[in-house]
Amino acid sequence: MALLEFARGLRVTFKNMIRPPVTIQYPEERRPLPERTRGRHVLHRYENGLERCIGCFLCAGACPADCIYIEAAENTPENRVSAGERYARVYEIDELRCIFCGFCEEACPTGAITLEPILDLSDYNRGPLIYSKEMLLEPPRDLDKLPA
Amino acid sequence: MSWNDFDPVIEGVIKSIVVLGALFITVGYLTLAERKLLGRMQTRYGPNRAGPFGLLQPLADGIKLLLKEPILPREASLGIYLAAPAISMFVALMSFAVVPVGPSFVAFGKERVLAVANVNIGILYLLAILSLGVYGVVLGAWASSNRYSLLGGLRSSAQMISYELSLGLSLVSVVVLAGTLSPIGIVQAQKQTGMTWFLLLQPIGFMLFALSGFAETNRAPFDLAEAEQELTGGYHTEYAGLRFGLYYIAEYMNMVTISALVTTFFLGGWIGIGTGIFYTVTQAPWAQLLGVFWFLAKVGAFLFMYIWVRATLPRIRYDQLMWFGWKILLPLAFLNMLVTALYVSLS
Repeated sequence: MALLEFARGLRVTFKNMIRPPVTIQYPEERRPLPERTRGRHVLHRYENGLERCIGCFLCAGACPADCIYIEAAENTPENRVSAGERYARVYEIDELRCIFCGFCEEACPTGAITLEPILDLSDYNRGPLIYSKEMLLEPPRDLDKLPA
Repeated sequence: MSWNDFDPVIEGVIKSIVVLGALFITVGYLTLAERKLLGRMQTRYGPNRAGPFGLLQPLADGIKLLLKEPILPREASLGIYLAAPAISMFVALMSFAVVPVGPSFVAFGKERVLAVANVNIGILYLLAILSLGVYGVVLGAWASSNRYSLLGGLRSSAQMISYELSLGLSLVSVVVLAGTLSPIGIVQAQKQTGMTWFLLLQPIGFMLFALSGFAETNRAPFDLAEAEQELTGGYHTEYAGLRFGLYYIAEYMNMVTISALVTTFFLGGWIGIGTGIFYTVTQAPWAQLLGVFWFLAKVGAFLFMYIWVRATLPRIRYDQLMWFGWKILLPLAFLNMLVTALYVSLS
């Protein structure tokens, strides 16, 4: 009988009402993400504080969206930034063009650029979403660990 | 000329202001309650960002509607286009005028009824006003000069006219049982038949009235006229901003009115614990307050039913809707009328 079916349906929605909602209240709560989630890029350093990026342009070459812009410069004895011959003086990623595929992370020979589980990328304008090296670089480790 | 001459006017004005104020606030928060309840029934939260527990959401919605660009279609028939939402709201407000929200009391030397107007033929008045509701929809649809609006409006008006029949007929049985056309008298009758609500004496009548009420207010599962998937918005497609807000509020006000009518005719109106025993004309204020409380509780319960049904049932197809109204509800209404009349005449 149709009435019985209505009653069964009503019972379902009523039971749902009693159960706690499954919503995750962003931004107060965050969804737990897998470790290898491809979010925003981070430029890493070695343990001794030197930058890993040697300005080899492999990541820019691998990028399908052509969103990485690099200008390399020579390491000098006075100013040694990375552990190789060159370092990236300018390193910009246009996060709006990026498709978060992770090819740059796979192409990098030193493990400098990785995609981290950082998903908070929004702004009201396009300009601030071109991330510069300073914004991407991870902060130096404890000062105690840096070489004297 | 003394104050006594103006007495009915003053009484009417005060009651109207109170009822209007209460209705608008109720309708505003009904929209929030619906969204939150719908959400909970779908295992999610309803709106909870605008103010604590989303309590400022109706205000936010109102401001949003105010700030929208008021579009005016070039081909629209201006006067009718602007008047149509007002007609819908007018109908919703006027039908509330005869609903008693509490037992009568004496003040300043006269018996005061807790309804805006004490109309002896209240049911006739109600049926007439409810029929006018169709105009709000069909005039808006026609004046919009838009084929989607027209189709939606025609569907909606045909639906409303069809279900008005069973609505009225289900009330006939109530009238026969109560012996009066006055809503106040009908509530009284439910008290005098030993605290028996007409729900128990007229289960089929209740079901008929409730279903027809859902169809009259274009609410799920009879909300085909607003089916965005099919009609891009139906009769209110060409209405933007505050004009749409007027239709929207009118729809919720109709919901409240139908709930109030169901409560009055089938759920015993303001009758409840504390009002039954004490009923005489000379009242302590307790009976009135309790009466209003019970009335509000029952209306709230039926509004919950409205929302619960919307969350559960899928939309009825238009031809199924018409078939149901004419071939199921109407014969049932006649049958109900017949049986009730027989029962009353034989006892």
